[in-house]
Parts: sequence; C-alpha cells; structure tokens
Amino acid sequence: MIETTDNKAAPPVPQATDTAEPARVERTPKMTARNVHVFYGEKEALKGVGIDIHEDRVTAFIGPSGCGKSTFLRCLNRMNDTIPSARVTGDIELDGQNINSAAMDVVQLRARVGMVFQKPNPFPKSIYENVAYGPRIHGLAAGKTEMDAIVEKSLKRAGLWEEVKERLQESGTALSGGQQQRLCIARAIAVDPEVILMDEPCSALDPIATAKIEELIHELRGRYAIAIVTHNMQQAARVSQRTAFFHLGEVIEYGKTSEIFTNPREQRTQDYITGRYG
Amino acid sequence: MNKAAATSSRWTDGSMTRMVAKRYAAERRFKLFGLAAVGLSVAFLAFLLINMGARGLGGFTQSQIRLDVDFARSDLMLDPAALKGPQAEQVVSGAGLDGVLETIAVATYGEGAGDLFGGASTRALGEQLIADPTLLTRRTQLWLPLSSKADVAVKRDGERALEKMVAAADAKGAIRTRFNPGFLTNSDATDSSAVGVWGALKGSFLTIMVTMLLAFPIGVLSALYLEEFAPRNRWTDIIEVSINNLAAVPSIIFGLLGLAVFLNLMHLPRSAPLVGGLTLALMTMPVIVIAGRNAIKSVPPSIRDAALGVGASKMQVVFHHVLPLALPGVLTGTIIGMARALGETAPLLMIGMRAFIASPPQGITDPSSVLPVQIFLWSDEVDRGFVEKTSAAIIVLLLFMLVMNGLAIYLRNRFERRW
Repeated sequence: MIETTDNKAAPPVPQATDTAEPARVERTPKMTARNVHVFYGEKEALKGVGIDIHEDRVTAFIGPSGCGKSTFLRCLNRMNDTIPSARVTGDIELDGQNINSAAMDVVQLRARVGMVFQKPNPFPKSIYENVAYGPRIHGLAAGKTEMDAIVEKSLKRAGLWEEVKERLQESGTALSGGQQQRLCIARAIAVDPEVILMDEPCSALDPIATAKIEELIHELRGRYAIAIVTHNMQQAARVSQRTAFFHLGEVIEYGKTSEIFTNPREQRTQDYITGRYG
Repeated sequence: MNKAAATSSRWTDGSMTRMVAKRYAAERRFKLFGLAAVGLSVAFLAFLLINMGARGLGGFTQSQIRLDVDFARSDLMLDPAALKGPQAEQVVSGAGLDGVLETIAVATYGEGAGDLFGGASTRALGEQLIADPTLLTRRTQLWLPLSSKADVAVKRDGERALEKMVAAADAKGAIRTRFNPGFLTNSDATDSSAVGVWGALKGSFLTIMVTMLLAFPIGVLSALYLEEFAPRNRWTDIIEVSINNLAAVPSIIFGLLGLAVFLNLMHLPRSAPLVGGLTLALMTMPVIVIAGRNAIKSVPPSIRDAALGVGASKMQVVFHHVLPLALPGVLTGTIIGMARALGETAPLLMIGMRAFIASPPQGITDPSSVLPVQIFLWSDEVDRGFVEKTSAAIIVLLLFMLVMNGLAIYLRNRFERRW
C-alpha cells in the first residue's frame, strides 16, 4: 500500500499547489494560514504553520499526540481565545480577510467556521432545540415555519432526520454516541457555515457510527470546506483529498492525500504512516 | 519447598486468608461506625422534635373557664346600641370590663378568683360583646380564656392557691382546653396568654424577602462574573480570598456593620425589616457566591465549547447554557444561606430588632420583630406562661423553615436536567 521512495531531498516546505488536477483552474483557497505560532504561556505549541483549506475539499491533519494539529484547528475559528494563556500570532485569512483583525467579529467568524468536537457535546435540550439554537441566536429564521425547515434540512444533511423525525422533542443527550455526533454536525450545519472544522469526530465512536460519519463527510464535501483532525490514518486516507502531517508543532509535509500516503517526500512522514512511531 | 506447593498455596494459605478476613472486618467496622453516627444524629433529632412538640403544643392551646353572667344585673354600664357603631371597640375598652369580670369571678368562684382572669379574658369578653350585643340584656353562659397565671395552674405548674381553685372549677366541668387562634394572629404582648407569633412571622417573612431579593441576584451575578468574565489576576485572587473570609465572619460582626452603615450613616429606620434584610443579605451573599462559583465551575466545558462553536457570544453562552445548568447548585447554596439567615438572631439584635413590638409591621420600614429574636426574648421572660409559648414559637419557626426549604427543593428539582 505504501511505497518507499527516496525523496528525502525534497524541501519540507508546505505547498498547496495542485498539480494532479491540471484541467481545473486553481481557485483561491477558502482559508489560508501563514506562519502561525501558538504559545501556551512559555511553551510554543505551533512553530510557524502554513496551510491552505480549499472550498470543495477535505483537508486532514494527522500526526502524533501533542503535535499541535488540534491547536491549529482551533486557531481557525479562534476557539483558542477561550484559553487565557494561549497566544496566537501569524496570518490566518478567511476569504482574504484576517480573522484575528479587529474588523472580524469573532461571533460571526464562528458562525461562518463551524466546529464539531471530539466528544459529542449536544446541549441537554431537545433535539429540535439543539439544531435550532444557532439559527435562533443569529436570527436566521423568521418564524416557526422557517425554523422547522432549517431544522429538517440540517438533520437531513447530517443523515439523522429519518432516525429522529418522530421524536424531535426528546433530549439530544438520550441519543446514541454516533447519533449525538451527527446531531452536533447538524447543529453546526444549521447556521449555514462556509467551513466546518472537525476535531477527531470519530474517536469516541464505534466502527459503524464512524463509517456513517465518514459517509457524511463525503456528502458534505461539495458544500463546505472541511478540515478534519484524525488519529486514524485509514480515515484520513478515506475521507480527505489533502493531508497535512504535523510533528512537534510543525507541518512536516502537506499535499495531496494520495501522494502523502503512497509517496511521502519526508522520512518522518513515511515512518509515521507506516506505524514506526506515533 | 517445591515449586508446585509454593504456587498452589499462595492464595489459599493461612496468612493470605487472615489478610482477607482483616479486610472484610475493616469494612464491617466502618459500616458499623457509619450506622452508629447516623443513628446518633437521628436520635438527637427525634429527641429535639419530641421534646419541642411535647412542650410546645401546649402553647397553641388555651384553657377557658365557664362563667354564668347576667350583665343586666351587674354594675356594667354599657348601652347595647353603642356597640353597633364604629366606635364599639373604644366603648368596650372604656367600660371597665376587668372590674366587672373580677366582681363576677369572686361571686362565682370565691375569694381571690380575680386572678383567674387577665388581659386576654377581658379582651375576649369585649370581642364577644361586640359580636353579640344582646348578651348584655340576658342571662348567659360564657367561656373566657384564663389568665396566664391560671393557665399555668391548669397545667399543674402554678401557684398553689390558684391550682386549688382551678382544680375545684375543673371538678365542676367549668374548665376546657381549646385551640388558641390568637397565638397565630396576635403579636407580642406583656401577658403571656395574649401573645402571638403573627407579628414576628410577618417580620421574618419581610426580612427574608429583602434578603433574598438582594442577595440572590447580586450573589449569582457576582459568581457568574468572577467565574466566566473576570480576568485571572492578582485582583481577582484578592477578591476570591476576601469572599471566602467574609463567609466565615461571625454574624454579630455583620450586625455591627449594619448598625454603623445602615443606621448611623444612612439613617434608615431602626428595627425595620429593611435594615434586617440588608444586614442579612451582606451575611448571605458570600455563601451564595461561593456555592454559585462551584456550581458554575462544574458545568462541563464541552457545553461552553458547543455554544461558542455555533457562534454564541460569551453572554449568550453564560445565560443560555451555563446558568441554567448551574442553577440547581446555585439554588442549593441559596437554600443554605437563606436558612441560616432565617435563623439568625445576633446581627438583628445589633440593629435594634429586640424592641417590644406589639403590632405586626405594615411594610418593610415599620418596626418589627423576627421569629428567632422573638424566641430569644420570650425565653428570657420570668412569667412561666412564656415557657410553652417559646417552644410553640420554635415549632412555628421550624415549620416556616421547612416550608421554605421544601419550596426551594421543589424549584431545584424542576430546574435539574439530566445529561
């Protein structure tokens, strides 16, 4: 499955060029990150990361524990703001606008860049309320009918509608783990984001629930730019088109998933994906 | 020692068995201690309740004595027509009923029988006359409450002469014991047979209302601010330490503070539920802040992340998610704080709530008493009639607390949500 080629000489510079799809004109990426450093107090968790996230692709972040992939993901919708000791420097742009600038409202940013967390975390409210909460606080629905439509559409896109349509008023926490995670995805979709960030969305789920989420990621790909952190290399290979390999706060290699997994330029990437460490 | 023996005996030999037995013995011992501790506290509680009940229930009743009267032939100068007007009460109180009563008493029960009747008797007679002025024109039989001294004598705890007289009357079936509604509707009085807890109860209610309206919102909002919004620096550390210290300050110090600030500086009315409530609010707030912060801390961070992740502002996260989830814990802290405030005596003595107040407060600025202070004052009285009144007032206070706590627990369970 994995070829070993001698290409250690290739530069470990992150690159976003897409040579495998020459027929298509390369569009500007949805989000770009350049030279991102994150400090937790004195500790430097990210050491100059640069990655692009494209509109109709899934970008996977892989790497050993503590390598900074989740930290980087949380930079993309400024969730690190909630950690008092965290300090983020560098340029992160959404549609060419710096998300850390004063002009960018963090609340709007998080509506545009939605997030799904590692552990399913539905609100202890009804299924309906879970999905309706985002649209309500952003005033996206005028009246009950519109809200019903948004809830139905979101649950359908998250592949949960058929399972819960009869019991929308039941508590979201009463669902199974996999259903809860899809409910969280529906909740993120409900505010009509442009980018969806997923932080190890399947790590708490069984293989069947995982397969459903992966299927869902495939379906969502055309509509949203998706970035996913995963510990599961097979998952990265299955769902993503671009993969970034993180190690000790740096991006060692970033490129097309097929190339990373079959023909990595870096020895460290090779070692990691073949399971020699990590 | 061969190898087979060593491996086979390892988990079954004597020392191992003894060790296992010791482990189970330790567990049994611990359970026994626990049971003994619980049993002891239940026994103390039962003793308290039974003792209180046995002594206090008498405080809710009054002994009445039968009296055959014929006002038409007595020296009472009272026109039945005058009792129909609005000045009826004035007319009755000016009619010298006590003198008339004593004359009749001596005539019926012999020398010294005037002691059988007191203020409560006169008042009851007046009320009966106003209710039915025709009593003045015919021969009739009345049941009148005994004086406090005679009431004590009925319970075999009074002066010898009175006890004898009461026993004689009792033998003729002229003594009966009835529920005393006056104990719940009257206020403090000098005569123990005429006292009631209504004034103190109302005062307690008004005071606790002021306390709650101030301490609950301020305490909860402070807890929210400190936990969710305030930066973590030296100032917030100092504030946290101060709040913890405030919660441990003896309550009488808060009384002194209330005296100095609310009475001497702000010139608020003395003895009023307003000042009492303010003082108790100062005392209760730290408790609510500490309990509130702990409850807020225990809300899982994943819920905050979830709300932030869909673009909720900090304020929306706190008020839509954190506060509702923390509310049961906050309410528990509030219940504890309020129960403590309700039973507090010392700080209220400092702001003058120990005054003799014979009428219930009409508002939060009227002079008033509160139940614990009322209990304290009655327990200090010389009159033996106050003994059971004190116990009865304690029962009322305990019931009041029970109702309040029950309400709070009901509210807490309604807000409680499962994950």
